[in-house]
Amino acid sequence: MTRLGDLERAVMDVLWDRSAPATVREVVDALDGRDLAYTTVMTVLDRLAGKGMVERERVGRAWIYRPAATRDVYIAQLMLDALDQAGERDAALVRFARSVTGDEAEVLRAALERDKG
Amino acid sequence: MLYTAHFGAAVLGCYLVAWAMFRSRWPVHSPSIAILCWQGLGLAIGLAVIGVPVSLGLAPYDAPPGTAMVMLARDLAGGQLPRELGLGHLALISVGLGIGAVLLGSTVASLHAAVRARQRQRDLLALVARPDPAAPGVLVLDHPSAAAYCVPGLRPRVVISAGALSLLPRDELAAVLSHEEAHAKERHDLVLLPFTALSRALPGVTWVTRALATVALLVEMRADDRARRRHDDALLAAALARFATAPSHATPAGMLGAAEHDIVARVRRLRAPSSPTPYRAVLALGAALFLAYMPISLFLS
Repeated sequence: MTRLGDLERAVMDVLWDRSAPATVREVVDALDGRDLAYTTVMTVLDRLAGKGMVERERVGRAWIYRPAATRDVYIAQLMLDALDQAGERDAALVRFARSVTGDEAEVLRAALERDKG
Repeated sequence: MLYTAHFGAAVLGCYLVAWAMFRSRWPVHSPSIAILCWQGLGLAIGLAVIGVPVSLGLAPYDAPPGTAMVMLARDLAGGQLPRELGLGHLALISVGLGIGAVLLGSTVASLHAAVRARQRQRDLLALVARPDPAAPGVLVLDHPSAAAYCVPGLRPRVVISAGALSLLPRDELAAVLSHEEAHAKERHDLVLLPFTALSRALPGVTWVTRALATVALLVEMRADDRARRRHDDALLAAALARFATAPSHATPAGMLGAAEHDIVARVRRLRAPSSPTPYRAVLALGAALFLAYMPISLFLS
């Protein structure tokens, strides 16, 4: 993973772990083990805002940042894409297999049992 | 008229070969050849459908379509059209070029949509997916449903859910990952692109939807075959069956009609002994390539 991608993730983790929105300074402080410049963190937050991953709001003279959605929401979005809920065969992703239901599932379960035996 | 007849014959030929392929059993045994056939047929029918109205409109030039197009362009630039070339002819040419523009436009639109969806996937994966020692080189999503997929591109990502990791024994997991890597390496997303574009241009047209579903299944079979080179058939079959019957937490039942049939077909195929390439496959490939060659050579002549 690129250094920038790595930083974006670290910044998102800080925001997700806090219950309240954070200023750039608060994010820098939370990442103090990494010894990052204030402007670096600001750039990363800007990029994340540009991608719609964080929302920002002006409070007094400072900007405060909060995640646009929780980590679980993003995972659920990825999974819904992966499981192809709409049933569209778009070219964006190629999947291994999708879940099946009913009689076909029984046929497959039987196949699985035979393979074990 | 002669050239229009050629284009018309190509359309008819595509229809007949496609019809034969829908009914044949050999594509299941030779998915790579079948994919090539469908590519050829797709190209041939696209060009031939453009060619029919264009060649009718160019009839006054009494020259092969390629040459006649150049003559028309020259006349248009000079502002002097031949007297026999009426408004009807120009309208036919416009219809043909319009069809071409729609096909090209929907291809670009499909590609654009896919690129955007993949970028979103990559952005989100960078934030929430994690590496796992159980599956090196693969991104893991912490979700209980079983999913394994590939985000294609220049730097492809293979993604597997925590649900799939716990579902599959180690050797089956390796087979599944080989399958996904085959998708990524052979750019199966690009193989599917013309067909997704066609179904975008012609939504609800049965045979387009059917061709897309067929090619999508063939691509899966091709990836299965690649995985079989390195892993036992039974492992892949077992992984498929396990995947398909895993309880899903995210997908409502009843929306996956086509896929049910597909997975059973793939499992059956993996459990059957492999057979040599049938002569029908070679015959169909020859026909498809000839059909693609026909309109291309007309447009170039």
